[in-house]
Amino acid sequence: MSDSISKITPNKLVYTDNDPQDELFTLNLGPTHPATHGVFQNVLQVDGERIVSGVSTIGYIHRAFEKIAEHRPYYQITPLTDRLNYCSSPINNMGWHMTVEKLLDIELPKRVQYMRVIVMELSRIADHIICNGILGVDTGAFSGFLYVMQEREFIYEIFEEICGARLTTNIGRIGGFERDFNETAFAKIREFLKRFPPVLKEFEELFNRNRIFIERTADVAAVDAETALNYSWSGPILRATGVDYDVRVNEPYSSYEEFEFDIPVGTKGDVYDRFLVRNNEMWESLKIIEQALDKIEKEPKGIFHADVPAFYLPPKEQVYNNMEALIYHFKIVMGEIDTPKTEVYHCVEGGNGELGFYLISDGGRSPYRLHFRRPSFINYQMYAPMSSGMLLSDAIINMSSLNVIAGELDA
Amino acid sequence: MAKLDNQTVLQHLQTRFTDHIQQVSEPYGLLTIETDTTHILEVLEFLKTDNNLLFGYLTDITAVHYPELEKEFAVVYHVHSLVNNIRIRIKVFLDGNYPAIPTATVLWNGANWMERETYDFYGIQFVGHPDLRRILNVDDMEVFPMRKEYPLEDPNKVDKKDYFFGR
Repeated sequence: MSDSISKITPNKLVYTDNDPQDELFTLNLGPTHPATHGVFQNVLQVDGERIVSGVSTIGYIHRAFEKIAEHRPYYQITPLTDRLNYCSSPINNMGWHMTVEKLLDIELPKRVQYMRVIVMELSRIADHIICNGILGVDTGAFSGFLYVMQEREFIYEIFEEICGARLTTNIGRIGGFERDFNETAFAKIREFLKRFPPVLKEFEELFNRNRIFIERTADVAAVDAETALNYSWSGPILRATGVDYDVRVNEPYSSYEEFEFDIPVGTKGDVYDRFLVRNNEMWESLKIIEQALDKIEKEPKGIFHADVPAFYLPPKEQVYNNMEALIYHFKIVMGEIDTPKTEVYHCVEGGNGELGFYLISDGGRSPYRLHFRRPSFINYQMYAPMSSGMLLSDAIINMSSLNVIAGELDA
Repeated sequence: MAKLDNQTVLQHLQTRFTDHIQQVSEPYGLLTIETDTTHILEVLEFLKTDNNLLFGYLTDITAVHYPELEKEFAVVYHVHSLVNNIRIRIKVFLDGNYPAIPTATVLWNGANWMERETYDFYGIQFVGHPDLRRILNVDDMEVFPMRKEYPLEDPNKVDKKDYFFGR
């Protein structure tokens, strides 16, 4: 190549056959590229606009949660789980509570389980709103994102009413909730059930039969079921390939077996199918919330936690005035209560798939080992291999449709 | 197909691998078995391909460190049969000096990053892994931080010592 360059005279620049036209170009996509919505780095080898190969570098926001968790009492691990998939923190919180409850053999009253179902389904909607809204933005349709974003805001208002926080909620306690849903919360949930369907319908009308959107997404990053299973995919992206695996149905937790809902599946596993699956899941979530509200009506009022004084922090007023409450408060905070020496795996259907908690207890106040099975981490590993041969713009919308959340990816 | 339960799975495994399946337990209904490094791949392959079992879905690979045991490290596999809707947990205990185990990437592509993560935090060598590099930590890190000998915080700090709290 140096020969050919030296032959070219400065005032007569022409391309020759030896010119670097057919050379590959290395493109560093990320770690802070605006189109990747988070800290993801992919070093791509591109031939023009087509990706030849790529390597993902992850871990930019690794915070060593598993190590920290080995040094925290169980109830202090909940805020760590907030920061895994921060688009649907309540699911993570409840997943963690349920893991500990499984370890301690705590059976929750039905009303609490239905309350949890409501919160989890609301956050699933919030999660899918983000993913599908952003997918619209990345394909060039900004307005749909703004329509649904307002509803996400409303969901956050409900969370605020229930627990006081919006994004990293730390919602609930081991054994139930820290307080009952107030009347405003119930009213807001009912209002959400009324106001969200028309918005979602409008959102679908914008996209589902939109020719530009379909041409941009259909057949992009299509994955067959076998490959998806081989890569241990889970969640909406696995269901888009046609596998009806949903933890809520396969291993029902929190009384999901009592609810009537469908598992939407796709056929081709492309970006368009993933979009449709997520949209349909939002409809199913609405159905579940509605049923849960009806079921709560039939349960006795005012129950918001299980009767497990050894693990559920008593209310502060009682701690100051009641001997027993003071003792339990002290025991819980100081970690004087024994837990069984065993191991437990519990998983919930998170926004992105099977969110698992593998907890090994040595009988103490904090886990001997806690491992998070993070769906984003496992789903994302196929990203670089599947990107080869794709156009760069397709790879971008592929990433949005995988809905990889940096917090969950890096833990 | 008749519904598969833990006992049947165990019977299938024991007829095939006899006494290489040890330490059987069922914490919270999840069948947990232990095997050794020489047989782990065969066990996984048998679970995956046997027509009665079809444990085709690798849920997770991780490790645990028990510094007080003779074999310090345990590699834990969670495998799931989506067809029969049943899970199994397989453990392999490894020697502390040179913890090595054959890779499961030959069976599942998804094992790649799970094993890299396990290597990153525990230093377990997955023999035959195509790309065994650190994944979440920086490349030039020299320790394996999830091992129990590495403290979470600066050990010279005294404000969180247990004896201040009567523990």
